Amino acid sequence: MTGPAPAATPVNAPANAPTTGQPEAPLVELQDLKTYYPIRAGILRRVVGHVRAVDGVSFEIRRGEVFGLVGESGCGKTTLGRTLVRLEKATEGQVRLDGRDVLSFQGKDLKKMRRRMQVIFQDPVGSLNPRMPISDIIGEGLLAQADAQNGWADRKVRDKRVSDYLEVVGLRRDYTRRYPHEFSGGQRQRIGIARALALSPDFVFADEPVSALDVSIQSQILNLLVDLREQFDLTFLFVAHNLSVVQYISDRVGVMYLGKLVELADVGEMYAHPRHPYTIALLSAIPDPDPRVKSRRLVLTGDVPSPANPPSGCRFHTRCWLRRQLNNPENCETEDPPLRELATGHRVACHWAESVVDTAVAEVVPTVDTEVPTDLPAPEDVGAPVVTEIETPAATDVVAAADDEAAPASGGSSGNPTNDPTTGRV
Amino acid sequence: MTDALAARERRAGVGEVLLDVRDLRTHFHVMDGTVKAVDGVSFSLRRGGRLALVGESGCGKSVTALSIMRLIETPPGEFAGGEIIFDGRDLLKLGGRDLREIRGGEIAMIFQEPMTSLNPVMTVGDQIAEAVLLHQGVKRKAADEVALQSLVDVGVPDPKRRLKQYPFELSGGMRQRIMIAMALSCNPKLIIADEPTTALDVTIQRQILELIKTIQERTGTALLLITHDLGVVAETVDDVAVMYAGRVVETGTVDDVLLNPRMPYTRGLLESIPSQAKKGQRLSAIKGVVPNPFRMPPGCKFEPRCPYAWEAGATEEPPLIELGPDRTARCWLYDRRYQDHLAQYDAHITNDSGGTTS
Repeated sequence: MTGPAPAATPVNAPANAPTTGQPEAPLVELQDLKTYYPIRAGILRRVVGHVRAVDGVSFEIRRGEVFGLVGESGCGKTTLGRTLVRLEKATEGQVRLDGRDVLSFQGKDLKKMRRRMQVIFQDPVGSLNPRMPISDIIGEGLLAQADAQNGWADRKVRDKRVSDYLEVVGLRRDYTRRYPHEFSGGQRQRIGIARALALSPDFVFADEPVSALDVSIQSQILNLLVDLREQFDLTFLFVAHNLSVVQYISDRVGVMYLGKLVELADVGEMYAHPRHPYTIALLSAIPDPDPRVKSRRLVLTGDVPSPANPPSGCRFHTRCWLRRQLNNPENCETEDPPLRELATGHRVACHWAESVVDTAVAEVVPTVDTEVPTDLPAPEDVGAPVVTEIETPAATDVVAAADDEAAPASGGSSGNPTNDPTTGRV
Repeated sequence: MTDALAARERRAGVGEVLLDVRDLRTHFHVMDGTVKAVDGVSFSLRRGGRLALVGESGCGKSVTALSIMRLIETPPGEFAGGEIIFDGRDLLKLGGRDLREIRGGEIAMIFQEPMTSLNPVMTVGDQIAEAVLLHQGVKRKAADEVALQSLVDVGVPDPKRRLKQYPFELSGGMRQRIMIAMALSCNPKLIIADEPTTALDVTIQRQILELIKTIQERTGTALLLITHDLGVVAETVDDVAVMYAGRVVETGTVDDVLLNPRMPYTRGLLESIPSQAKKGQRLSAIKGVVPNPFRMPPGCKFEPRCPYAWEAGATEEPPLIELGPDRTARCWLYDRRYQDHLAQYDAHITNDSGGTTS
């Protein structure tokens, strides 16, 4: 399932590394990216704090891949994408496109960059100007990017290109004079895609492109995106909250929680061997249309805390089931776990990721890559999943503590007495 | 399978028919003509039963729910036919007082958008108590106690403080809990939940689904769930009715319908859900779009999009054909006259999907 993992690109690649000729060089690189929004209060509208929408995220998007970014609303995934393409102002950090710093671009360079990085928006209604015909909606970008070489300043050239791209996305060439209200939701999303592609970008930020669509239309658009990626050699940042959609379309997946990237891996690895307790909870929460799947669900308690005032240490610790099982180790509350490499290409930001084993994950995540068993050999009433006794990075007194409060849990996983966190890996 | 068995036993244990919707027709007269949003919908729900109405946007599932609650404004709406028998009475014939008693008292509704369906200028406690005062004829103090208890029942932490809060102070998941608490406060016989988790994040959705299930089991209230999400259907209810273009097109138990869909539309829906197994393959999409309500196809409403359609469906609309006990499908394939088409269809899907059908 995982496939041959390509050599992991080092996170700390030297800045401004020359990229030409190096096939592994990522197309887009983020380094400690932060986007904060000021909170103002009082008569003087003084800044009293910040909403840390994106708070120090680093990863790279390889040329030609679809990088899926998932997380719940408010986790910063959309803000991250918008910052990346300069639709939001970054507070700190770097974004590199082909090794060049996107955030410092101005004037001509910025315009060139805009042509290379395009966006498909979520809302197929709100993102198309209702007073413009399709020829102008798609042509507007072309006109803005017109130069002597492409000749897009000429209306005829432009209209031809608009028609070409309408055809590319599966609409009729002669739709150019129509207005957005004449189209259905799926067709409007196709127009949004045509608008992004007409500029021949290298990189497309797709912001929840199918979440406003019904399932039968959603699959049409997903098929279209897969085709277009092949046809135009595109690299995607695909942001969505629907984990099944992300799994279907992505090559690698990143999971965000409260402005931080908490886990990153190849898609097969992520869905089969998730290691961050939040990822596991997310996967466990997806309702499965197969009624034969009756796994115990991991129900997270509480709500997502406010990004204006995130919890100390690990931001997930207030809702973390793993922490409770480990009897609340101290470092969860005090130390922010770094995103570290657990296996090749699999990065996790959890102090205790090693204590998660696949057998336990399989109990709560129905989609782990085995066939659906018709009769689940469910262990009798296991309280909560996971946790083997294992040497841990920091504290040493955790192991013994693990079996008091969460006693039924350790009972459940005792069927697999292993110390090796990688057991069960393919 | 033990779960299916348990579900069957439960269903056998649950009582008589509580809600019987027969040939309901809810039409809207608008400037451009008449939209037949619901056009001949029939289904029934037993006491304590759990049924989902599932379909894509515009199929009429929400209008059906609103019709049961008699929340359709007339005009432009019109109940053009049918009856809604609830607990022996036809809701379409009731008026004023009787209706208000049933609404919120015997039938409670949980809406999709917990922000807009709560009153923003009333505290949570007042809103719940209002319903109790209205329906149960108790004193204010007793109503407050009921309100507090219902918050405890839906697992709201720190319920005393929450009673005094306003909806804007609460998160989406918490608001939905309040909605559920309000629905429960009058011990209804039926809860209608219209897309109760669609506006919520997946981990919060999980909390709310578990809550609805637990409460439904504990109180024995019947549940009518309206949703577009087949995953939610599979996990929450026992029976399902699939809707398309204002009609019920397939009914049966969850296991039967989701594992062995008989109507090509249901099959198409299930196959178009992306999943691990389909990675690297093209998703099988249903071609085309839902028909325009002003220009409905003359025969089967799904015929223009149906990969298996032949002349029969183009000219005449099929009835809901009985396939077994509590199992129906609106498709000519199951008419005796077209057995050879059914044989072809069966062969086709067995080849196609590697034998997921029995």
